Amino acid sequence: MDVTVKPRRLAQALGRKKIVFEVIAVIAVALFLLLGLPHLLTDFRLGLLGRFLSLGIVALAIDLIWGFTGLLSLGHGIFFALGGYALAMYLSLVSIPSGQIPEFFSLYGVSSLPWFWQPFYSFPFTLAAIFIIPALVAGLLGYLVFRNRIRGVYFSILTQAALVVFFNFFNGQQKLINGTNGLKTNTSILMGKQVGTPETQFFLYVVTVAVLVIVYALCRWLTSGRFGRMLVAIRDDENRVRFSGYNPTGFKVLVFAISGAIAGVSGALYTIQSGIISPQAMDIAFSIEMVIWVAVGGRATLVGAILGAVLVNMARSLLSERFPNIWLFFQGALFLLVVTALPDGLIGWGRRQFGPTVSQALGLSAGPMAYGENDELRADTLAEKEG
Amino acid sequence: MSKILDIQDVTVSFDGFKALNHLNFAMEEGELRVIIGPNGAGKTTFLDVITGKVEPTEGAAYFKGKDLRKRKEHEIACLGIGRKFQTPRVYLNLSPRENLELSCNRQKNVLATLFKQTPPAEKRTVAGLLETIGLDYKADIPAALLSHGEKQWLEIGMLVAQSPDLLLVDEPVAGLTDEETAKTGQLLLSLAASHSIVVIEHDMEFVRQIARQVTVLHEGTVLCEGTMDQIQNDARVIEVYLGEEAS
Repeated sequence: MDVTVKPRRLAQALGRKKIVFEVIAVIAVALFLLLGLPHLLTDFRLGLLGRFLSLGIVALAIDLIWGFTGLLSLGHGIFFALGGYALAMYLSLVSIPSGQIPEFFSLYGVSSLPWFWQPFYSFPFTLAAIFIIPALVAGLLGYLVFRNRIRGVYFSILTQAALVVFFNFFNGQQKLINGTNGLKTNTSILMGKQVGTPETQFFLYVVTVAVLVIVYALCRWLTSGRFGRMLVAIRDDENRVRFSGYNPTGFKVLVFAISGAIAGVSGALYTIQSGIISPQAMDIAFSIEMVIWVAVGGRATLVGAILGAVLVNMARSLLSERFPNIWLFFQGALFLLVVTALPDGLIGWGRRQFGPTVSQALGLSAGPMAYGENDELRADTLAEKEG
Repeated sequence: MSKILDIQDVTVSFDGFKALNHLNFAMEEGELRVIIGPNGAGKTTFLDVITGKVEPTEGAAYFKGKDLRKRKEHEIACLGIGRKFQTPRVYLNLSPRENLELSCNRQKNVLATLFKQTPPAEKRTVAGLLETIGLDYKADIPAALLSHGEKQWLEIGMLVAQSPDLLLVDEPVAGLTDEETAKTGQLLLSLAASHSIVVIEHDMEFVRQIARQVTVLHEGTVLCEGTMDQIQNDARVIEVYLGEEAS
């Protein structure tokens, strides 16, 4: 017994050390984003970064559902847009004198506020709606799909079909939510200040960084522990999970709902920083791009999702400023490159290249306890054990 | 009811093709039963019926007197039936320890899995099991790095971790070396002391090593039952199965 217990203790000690390092690293990055970068970047660039970081949040949602649980959702635009619309509706209501209704309604001859707008007068309701509405929609959709054991490519197609349904619905409802024009938030008032001003935008940047850290911590917690191993088990072999006595449906519905909620938060933060939410957020291409960010950064790594979202979007804004026509080619090439040369994304590649060196430098390596690097070595120990 | 498993007149037809044809089968608590039969005899469908993957078209299956029809796979697993698949199916990206801990978990609902840590008693069970299946020194590497034989043992360990009353083991030695086969046989025999076990196997050498009672399936029904010696001398069996092997 002693022999088996010792490495376990060592592994636990290393595990604790790793957590400490990770917490320090997250705080350091957050402080750099909050205190360092605002001095280095112009307001315009900082605003862009804030948007990209909020896209990093939806990338975390995709990583949770795709990277860890193996469910490729091509419909996260739905949840992203729901969160965005929830906040935009509140902002449309709060910045007009009481008794009036938002201006666009008059264009379509609507004179009284539709019933479902009413609760959005309340700020606490809106904050809750930003993640609860997408979570409910995702939970319901997930329940119907997963209960019927729809998996793999069929699941992806279904999510994309749902996206198209939502897109067409939002696009066509001028009288309810201004249809294809969407809702503008730039000139709205948030906490007594106009949303579009640099001060408010900086405040929103700070909020985005804070939310990103919180969502990252949530995802880390979900994917470590037993629940996280369960997600990986479902990805690896869902039937085995069933025959081990678990019902995977509940797990999948919960993780899909959480993923939807995170996407909603991301959508709200993105909307308020970009100044508009429109059905374009439910464009098919946009939901596929989310998946590309995660693939570029590295699946099932969480950090990779954020990194992928920020880097790809930065590359897009820089490239499309200089060469407006080239971006789509670049994006296609990037995707091909990742699929063929970097199947584990940037983080996966980095871990393989520099992982051992870095962990040794930090004293995190398990040294000779680590198995798996050398097959011959393992064969030897096996023979010894059996002999 | 001392019968742990009772299959009564079960027929399974897929679009008219009868994979199982009025099959009757029963076994006592604590028995180790080996099922043999040529390809297409319906061995795997037989396990599918017991574990709820396939619902019988006709007939009924009882486990300790409980009707297995209409129950979902995970409910049947929780009743106390563990199944090992033909090709080893373990979670490749988890370590053997994590594989076993997931199977060992008593509270399999979502919230308990989310909020509770693995209790110390289960950790001890898992540590003991790792030793039994000879993987204690590879407990914390990804299962993808294990050899084929080690994966087979890990999956058997996962079954035992569920602490089932009945183990269903489908071709546990397919693709193993002779030495590994012998070890697997020993492992199954030692498990037979505290579990009822059904083993499906092709490898006659292995069947001879572990078999007490043997059931021969042929074209979806039971051809005959008996000890290994009786089976080997049965003219019908020689014709449909052993004869084919010899020629």
